[in-house]
Amino acid sequence: MGAGIEVKDLNAWFGKALVLKEVNMTVNANAVTAIIGPSGCGKSTFIRCLNRMHETVPDARLTGTVHIGDMDVYAPGVIPADVRRRIGMVFQKANPFPTMSIYDNVSAGLRLNGFTRRRELDAAVEYSLRMAALWDEVKDVLKKKSGASLSGGQQQRLCIARALAVQPELLLMDEPCSALDPISTGKIEELIFQLKTEYTVVIVTHNMQQAARVADATGFFLMGKLIEFDKTEKLFTTPTDKRTEDYITGRFG
Amino acid sequence: MIRSRFQQGLDDLKERLLEMGGMCEAAIELASEAYRTRNGRLAQQVFEREKMINQSQRLIDELAVDLLAMQQPMASDLRFVLAVVKINSDLERVGDLAVHVAQRSLDLSQEPELEVPVDIGRMTTAVSAMLRRALESFLAAKAEVAQAVLEMDSIVDRMKDEAFVNLVAQMKSDPERVRAYIDVLLITRSLERIADHATNIAEDVIFWVSGADVRHNARFGMGPEGD
Repeated sequence: MGAGIEVKDLNAWFGKALVLKEVNMTVNANAVTAIIGPSGCGKSTFIRCLNRMHETVPDARLTGTVHIGDMDVYAPGVIPADVRRRIGMVFQKANPFPTMSIYDNVSAGLRLNGFTRRRELDAAVEYSLRMAALWDEVKDVLKKKSGASLSGGQQQRLCIARALAVQPELLLMDEPCSALDPISTGKIEELIFQLKTEYTVVIVTHNMQQAARVADATGFFLMGKLIEFDKTEKLFTTPTDKRTEDYITGRFG
Repeated sequence: MIRSRFQQGLDDLKERLLEMGGMCEAAIELASEAYRTRNGRLAQQVFEREKMINQSQRLIDELAVDLLAMQQPMASDLRFVLAVVKINSDLERVGDLAVHVAQRSLDLSQEPELEVPVDIGRMTTAVSAMLRRALESFLAAKAEVAQAVLEMDSIVDRMKDEAFVNLVAQMKSDPERVRAYIDVLLITRSLERIADHATNIAEDVIFWVSGADVRHNARFGMGPEGD
């Protein structure tokens, strides 16, 4: 099952630049939450704070707390790699391991975590590819084809399968469809909708229609601040804050 | 550039709907005058107006569908386009009801003059005022003006109820002219329904401006009935 997220008083910096300001947010478990906002508003930084990727950038730091389920992500002694094991991430550009077969791509995370039994790996690969709605398209070429030989949309679903294989509690997606055609986008969106039965999903998107289609809740960021966070249907029909209204109606700036 | 085209589309939609509203006001006025003066030619003019109203309805729906498909409006823009589509439908019905009034007036004009215990002129004035204010609230995007329209509806309802009682009494005392009295009764019913459509328009304006759904007696600023 997915885990809920509790973010409190989150501030994040790149060097001296404060890029996230006093963000507080409660994300429900087993729901899709979209993060929208103009370029540079801090939305990608926000999700990178959830899985401790923010600190991988030199000079980057943060204050505040993040809880994923019962895990205090920034508690002393917590190892970032352990956090990332519990949180899958999918990026804008599909990044399968190019020389590995489809099977090896999906099972890579499990093998890194010490799983070696063939039967377990087979089951995990099939489960993950089914969850990513890719199984039927690749089941006959699992070990024959490389991840890089798939189409863009299939590669992105392969990356989702790879993220799901280690059974994360949370799946972060940073503009997962921005490089895809409408048909592949439709498949990924359908998939996101299905995934919430098992996972909590947070998706960053520039595409407001996409947020409206897939998300249960949506947060609007502007200049590092969370301006409004509400049920998606409320935010897109009757936003409370004028800045949200201006952004989603295209009158921003 | 793209957003300015979108804004132009929204402005165009608003202008055309107001134009259609003006046609509806004129149709009601003509129908009422046809009744008052027993003038068949005026009734014919209402029939002509109604054809123009129907054309407007189609055009406005097309423009609204284009905007929804091409611009995917959000928030207040989305509420605006939805409100326009609904108001468009209400105005088309107002046109139909003006035709009903004109048709009954035409029938009555071919009968001997009737002693009518109902002030159709006063009722028409009230109904026209409601429609005008509803359209004004749309023009100015003012929920308070729209709210005032909702409060006027009960006045017209009372007029129709009084007309019903008086006309039924008249039918009893003058049974040979029941058919003509029924025509008058139907006119009051059409006018009362025009008032209902004006109320719907006002509710749609409130929805557009504030996001509040005030239909079915839910008040502005409150949840739905029973909430």
